[in-house]
Amino acid sequence: MTQASSPPAVSIRNVAKSFGKGIYAFRVLDDVSLDIGRREFFTLLGPSGCGKTTLLRLIAGFETADSGAISIEGEDVTARPPFHRPVNTVFQSYALFPHLTVEQNVAFALEEQGMARDAIRKRVGEALEMMRMGSFAKRKPAELSGGQQQRVALARALAPRPRVLLLDEPLSALDLKLRKEMQIELKMLQEEAGITFLFVTHDQEEALTLSDRVAVMQSGRILQMGPPREIYETPTHRFVADFIGDINLLDGEALPGGGVRLEGGTVLSAPHNASGKVTVAIRPERARLAPAGEGALEATVVHSAYLGTAMLHKLDLPGGGTFLLRQSDPTEAAPEAGSRVGLALPAEALRVLDR
Amino acid sequence: MSAALRRFFLLSPALAVILFLIGVPLCLMAWVSLLDKGGTSGVDWSSAPSSANYVRLAWEEDFDGTMILNTSYLVIFLRSVSLAAVTTVLSLAFGLPVALWMASLSRTGRDIMLLLITIPFWTNLLVRNYAWLIILREDGWVSRFVNMISPWPVQLLYNDAAVAIGLTYSLLPFTILPLYTVFEKFDWRLLEAAHDLGATRKRALLRVVLPIATPGIVAGALLVFIPCLGAFVTPALLGGGKTLMLGNIIQMQFGASRNWPFGATLAVVLLAIMLVVMTAMALWRNRRTA
Ligand SMILES: Nc1ncnc2c1ncn2[C@@H]1O[C@H](COP(=O)(O)OP(=O)(O)O)[C@@H](O)[C@H]1O
Ligand SMILES: [Mg+2]
Repeated sequence: MTQASSPPAVSIRNVAKSFGKGIYAFRVLDDVSLDIGRREFFTLLGPSGCGKTTLLRLIAGFETADSGAISIEGEDVTARPPFHRPVNTVFQSYALFPHLTVEQNVAFALEEQGMARDAIRKRVGEALEMMRMGSFAKRKPAELSGGQQQRVALARALAPRPRVLLLDEPLSALDLKLRKEMQIELKMLQEEAGITFLFVTHDQEEALTLSDRVAVMQSGRILQMGPPREIYETPTHRFVADFIGDINLLDGEALPGGGVRLEGGTVLSAPHNASGKVTVAIRPERARLAPAGEGALEATVVHSAYLGTAMLHKLDLPGGGTFLLRQSDPTEAAPEAGSRVGLALPAEALRVLDR
Repeated sequence: MSAALRRFFLLSPALAVILFLIGVPLCLMAWVSLLDKGGTSGVDWSSAPSSANYVRLAWEEDFDGTMILNTSYLVIFLRSVSLAAVTTVLSLAFGLPVALWMASLSRTGRDIMLLLITIPFWTNLLVRNYAWLIILREDGWVSRFVNMISPWPVQLLYNDAAVAIGLTYSLLPFTILPLYTVFEKFDWRLLEAAHDLGATRKRALLRVVLPIATPGIVAGALLVFIPCLGAFVTPALLGGGKTLMLGNIIQMQFGASRNWPFGATLAVVLLAIMLVVMTAMALWRNRRTA
């Protein structure tokens, strides 16, 4: 994504931020560094309270970092106030100006830039057309539905053509159906407008669907950063593996020279260069059913659910704990509840993670 | 019982109050303003109604019977309106920052400030105005301090400025409270949104904070402007009898001069001014929000 010649759209270097003072100081961001390429759809993903909003607010300029530097397209903006930064924000609460009409809201930034009246009218028209809100131009925000307010917030943030658009959980207030629609629209919009999107969400599915790259955060740190596929298939941390999608986590001890001894005593052959306590992670769709007595593990079928495109089996492991297995061909013969089966765990599907 | 009848019965206490405590006295006052003075009560109830009292506001009869312009009441009217305007502007100038600051405090901070602002109401207005008399008089410390730093002698008491200071002091809470109510509900994220869209602090204040605070500003301004027009304690004490306002001459007509009809005339005119101001404000606001 990033071109070697031009500086990244957003570059964050060793940023730290605490709230409170003295013994009440609470570290919200801990040495965060990341680069976002131009025209990239980059997502910050993490549970509530992990510092996503704080990081976004630092980039927008609403908070000041305790240390570290932030630059936008190569320009250091660390000390600049928000009104002198080439970024715009779509707020989670939309923050539309209640006393202005839709078109006045969208024109706000353009007027601040001192753009000519005709040019403003044209640009506002375009922005509203793009969000299919043209017929609502004269309405006040209070007269719009949540989804419509969302579109106006987007149009308002996009109208001044910022270098980077910051979106803080912009879809979280919408119902599921509208949310799915808006996801697709957002993605298309980003490709069309050619603007870098920095998107924040706690919804892993949303992050995987939309993003070019995802950064998974936990307690103020970035644990892993990469394309959705990489995050999903090769998580580097137990937390990342657990947070994204369904996964089976089997605790055990790393054996020197490869292989892991699980807590039940079974030894799995899995490549690794770890030592000590580890977790073996495998996605439900990567495990295979095998006849009893074969495969790496033995398990008892507890429950099977028919999902249309697949079967999902819930299995009990003899050492305790459950195992999810997704059988991608639902026409295949399914084992009955209570029967004993074997689990084939391909070595290339196993991830050995530190605990 | 029909719905209309029930509504009438439910409304009757309010209607009675409006009719007998506001409507009747107002009509009475308007009627009295058309009569002659006289009698022990100050009103000659048997006189024929005429507009003589209203004519007297601006004209007086010369000794040869011709009507000549008498500007003394007009001057007082003008002074009252301009002092009220100055007081309103001063109240907003002090009230806006205070209300903004209060809204930024913690829950307890706000409660304490609200208490502090209402404490003066526990004391009589007269007493508070005497306090200002002591603060502003020639040998008071404020006056001495001002005269120490000023290159020419400054008289703080018994002039328009003293009245404006006194009125601003008494009426400031009436500006702060409605403004505070607006700012307390204000969504400060809107300010961030304005900054995000390129508005500097001053521009954001101008384009977002003040327009949203307009109802509070209008309420705060009216609540100061209107009592100012009718004020008589403050101009009497701090103006030293030299800076008369409408309230003072009305009070004089009903008191020392025993001329109720002319007092009523002045009161009717005062009411008319207030109505004009309030209607203008209402129209202006409607046009803005339309
Ligand atoms: N202004 C603030 N003062 C004190 N603590 C704050 C402030 N803003 C955020 N926090 C704390 O910082 C942590 C991270 O918050 P936030 O960045 O909003 O998380 P997220 O957006 O990932 O849910 C939370 O524990 C939150 O309580
Ligand atoms: Mg957040």
